[in-house]
Amino acid sequence: MSEKEESGYKGEALKAIIKAEAEIGDIIRVTKNGQVYEGILIPRSEYGDEKHIVIKLKNGYNIGIRVTPDTKIEKIGKGVKPAFTPPPPPVQNPELPKVAVISTGGTIASRVDYRTGAVRPALTASDLYSVVPELSDIARIDTQILLSLFSENIEPKHWTEIAKNVAEKIEEGTEGVVVAHGTDTMGYTAAALSFALQNLPVPVILVGSQRSADRPSSDAATNLIGAVTAAAKAPFAEVAVAMHETTSDTAILLHRGTKVRKCHTSRRDAFKSINAPSLARIKDGKITMLTENYRKRDPTKKLVLKPEFSDKVALLKFHPGMNPSIIDWFVEKGYKGIILEGTGLGHVGRYCFESLRNAVKHNVIVAMTSQCIWGRVNMNVYDQGRDLQALGVIPLEDMLPETAVVKLMWIFGQTENVEEAKKLLKTNITGEFSPRTTFDKIGNK
Amino acid sequence: MEIDYEKIGLKVGLEIHQQLNTSAKLFCKCKPELFKEEPEITFLRRLRPTQSELGQIDPAAYFEFKKGVKILYEADRRTSCLVEMDEEPPHPLNMEAVEIVLTAALMMKAKPVDEIHVMRKTVIDGSNTTGFQRTCVIALNGEIQVRGKNVPIQHVSLEEDAARKMGQEGNTIRYRIDRLGIPLIEVATAPVIHSPKEAEEVALAIGRILRATGKVKRGLGTIRQDLNISIKNGALIEIKGVQELELLSLVVEYEVQRQLNLIKISRELRKIGVKEEDVKEEFFDVTEIFKETECKVIRKAINRKQRVLALKLPKFKGFLKRELVPNFRLGTEMADHARFWGRVGGIFHTDELPAYGITAEEVEKLRKTVKAEKEDAVVFVADNPENAKDALKAVAERARQAIKGVPEETRAANPDGTTRYMRPRPGAARMYPETDIPPTQITDEHLKKISSRLPELPEQKFERLMREYGLNEKLTRQLLDSEYAELFEVIVNESKVSPTVVAVFLTETLKALKREGIQVGKVSEEQMREIFRCIGRGELAKEALPDLVSWLSKHENRSVQEAVEKLGLKMISEAELARFIEKVIEENKILVQEKGQKALGVLMGIVMKKLRGRVNAVLVGKLLKDKLEKL
Repeated sequence: MSEKEESGYKGEALKAIIKAEAEIGDIIRVTKNGQVYEGILIPRSEYGDEKHIVIKLKNGYNIGIRVTPDTKIEKIGKGVKPAFTPPPPPVQNPELPKVAVISTGGTIASRVDYRTGAVRPALTASDLYSVVPELSDIARIDTQILLSLFSENIEPKHWTEIAKNVAEKIEEGTEGVVVAHGTDTMGYTAAALSFALQNLPVPVILVGSQRSADRPSSDAATNLIGAVTAAAKAPFAEVAVAMHETTSDTAILLHRGTKVRKCHTSRRDAFKSINAPSLARIKDGKITMLTENYRKRDPTKKLVLKPEFSDKVALLKFHPGMNPSIIDWFVEKGYKGIILEGTGLGHVGRYCFESLRNAVKHNVIVAMTSQCIWGRVNMNVYDQGRDLQALGVIPLEDMLPETAVVKLMWIFGQTENVEEAKKLLKTNITGEFSPRTTFDKIGNK
Repeated sequence: MEIDYEKIGLKVGLEIHQQLNTSAKLFCKCKPELFKEEPEITFLRRLRPTQSELGQIDPAAYFEFKKGVKILYEADRRTSCLVEMDEEPPHPLNMEAVEIVLTAALMMKAKPVDEIHVMRKTVIDGSNTTGFQRTCVIALNGEIQVRGKNVPIQHVSLEEDAARKMGQEGNTIRYRIDRLGIPLIEVATAPVIHSPKEAEEVALAIGRILRATGKVKRGLGTIRQDLNISIKNGALIEIKGVQELELLSLVVEYEVQRQLNLIKISRELRKIGVKEEDVKEEFFDVTEIFKETECKVIRKAINRKQRVLALKLPKFKGFLKRELVPNFRLGTEMADHARFWGRVGGIFHTDELPAYGITAEEVEKLRKTVKAEKEDAVVFVADNPENAKDALKAVAERARQAIKGVPEETRAANPDGTTRYMRPRPGAARMYPETDIPPTQITDEHLKKISSRLPELPEQKFERLMREYGLNEKLTRQLLDSEYAELFEVIVNESKVSPTVVAVFLTETLKALKREGIQVGKVSEEQMREIFRCIGRGELAKEALPDLVSWLSKHENRSVQEAVEKLGLKMISEAELARFIEKVIEENKILVQEKGQKALGVLMGIVMKKLRGRVNAVLVGKLLKDKLEKL
């Protein structure tokens, strides 16, 4: 068997398969304890053990058979590799706006190989059109596979790469950019792009899915249609995240890149605008703005690209009993900034003060956000807060902790000067601060 | 006409599905129950056919999608959580359900797989929020004995039940997800059944084995039987959702008739020289003809600015009214296809006209407009042009199939035993692995444990019950087919009440009470045991049983003692009884003097009428006799 890596088989099971000279997709016959099983040899999943081989029976079911010394495996037929010829792409309507779709990983569209059960991403423009045919009525799409990463593997250096790529597309005159992204860290990337891509002439929309694209109920297609619609037609020119508004497939919400957070592990409506209204809603193909406070689409604007980030910034969540020497460690390792996720209005225990004082003394910027997620820090209400400010801890208003860490990473990508960095940190660059918070629903409706 | 089923090559395979009586659903901890109230939660979804590597999309599924079908789901918080809503990945396989299926599988001599792999079977009609049904094979290659014949069991599987369809409004189908995720056992036989009666016998035999596990749900909607039926020169037809066992043989009979008649029609059509290519998809707008029609359906459509479109079926005259099974014609079959593919209410055809307010004159004009010859049939539909076209396309396609023979398709069972077109048969099984659930290994130790406490097979139990408890055959059969066979043994062994009395109560008495509308299910097994313990101790008379059960069913969570007190059923003491008897004799002095010993019967009647349920009749007889003798 040549595809050992891909096949997932190890140990005894792999030995038995090699002995039978069988490969994934071949038809094999397994004889054991007088029972005969015939079927297609299926790859072993990563959490499978070394003792079982998996075959797909004629009726479509997979079963696992334990390989024992008296298990006989014979290859009785060669597998047929499926040849997929995507349907010809639809005629592109030259009237429609041009939208670039950049893929970074996660699959927004995929195809199932029912033969082996493998799910393969569908990423080329013609793939996307054939899987989500509605797209051809909205925009002329140009696709690019930039990265193939699970979003938890995305690092600041990838933000740089994505930002440069988006800038290129915009330079080329595209009327909107869609960035397909795994959902786990999509909020961070959205914030990063918000700082890196300034004076945007057109919208940049991040999109993902909470249910994988290989299932008929996936939210991927609906989200993608929403994202492409926004990229093509939205009146704003900002970085935004497009995801389901509710559990229903009826509306897509657009959230400002610096104000959005993944608030649920699995639900379709996991993404919420925090401490700010959502930017817009897309329903039945129509875009409705939900705020008057946005930067307008203007193709004459000249994009300013500032794609550098520093990774010497940390986000630290305070908890009762936290060992303050972790702060000392960051200082020793040469970190330039620490964003604290404090309690309530912006506090940490007094037992951390000494380490914080030491950090500030070493020119480390220390700034405060709240682990409450919703609301604004205010470090003037209690002694503890006033004392923290006296130590040099900077309160960050209603900025999300995740946005704050991204912003400080970006700031140190722009300047080494601590005073200038502090100034930038307190400046509202791309809507990361809301001057006022209105009474909106939080959490359970 | 008697059909020789062997000669026509009838082959039937069965798939029996029954809900398991587990404490939670298959992939989450929700209660496996239904709710009747208004839903607390509703949400709207669309299901998109997933493309396979081969670029194939199930045509029926894609068609539904293109039509913009939406699904409105209904839920409440008690019976569903995020898992049913497809808002959270499934939890690991419910091992209680796996054990029940393993038990049933071993009883049918099936060989358990070493490792269970949960699969996703693509279903995008909305009945599953995910767009697939989760299912897994637990065991293969079993066999059962039915009237001395070996019936191979191809596989025994475990799967999740689907959501319940509640209705449809326009393009929106409503499903309730309470049922979604209730574990189902599926038993599939090889296609070795050769007569309608045998189909029923095999289903009954499988049903008895499943019940013997003591862990399957009972009652309407908990069992569904699917069949695959084929005859020589016919086609393999899948029939879904037969709910009543008694209907199985009729469904098979009707399907055979339907196929035989379709074969006959196809032969005749070909004989008169109709070819498939003669059926053209040429649609005529005939709205003008019906401008003044008396036909209400068409009238309404025209008022709504819809159109009437017509299609000519060359040389089909007379064939559309040909009956396939009682009250079901080729025309009905075409109407079913039109309804499915065109979402129209129905079709009109010239074989049934003039009627429904359509005049002979209108028919004549219609024939002229579509240039129909005498031997042609005309089909027409009143709806919006798009639906009407889709409907007539489906009719044309069905007409072509009629020339060829019997089309392979999936049909749904009607309550009268007939079936209706449901969808084309899906291609190769569209299954792929459920990667969110790790494979589950079945160890030898686990199997040994289950094997060591396997329930008796129904036939063994039947013989043992008759032998050990001296029950007659009929009562034993009734007991086995009821849900109380196990409770019966518990009660007899602990109460020492006569087995026949217990068996009659658990079968006939309870059945009679149910017929009177008493909700017997509300009386717990423990309460029934307590009642019999009291009877065994002589504190209650068996005549009190119906009253007690009926009172307890209406007063949930109250004790047997309370029921006895409220109903005044407490047994009276022998001394009290003696005094009562003396009083009765005193009151009927004249009768006693006249008849002497022969007054016993009448007096007995009087005493029992007053004290039924509070005394032992034998004791009353004895005391009365003694007294009368002493007089």
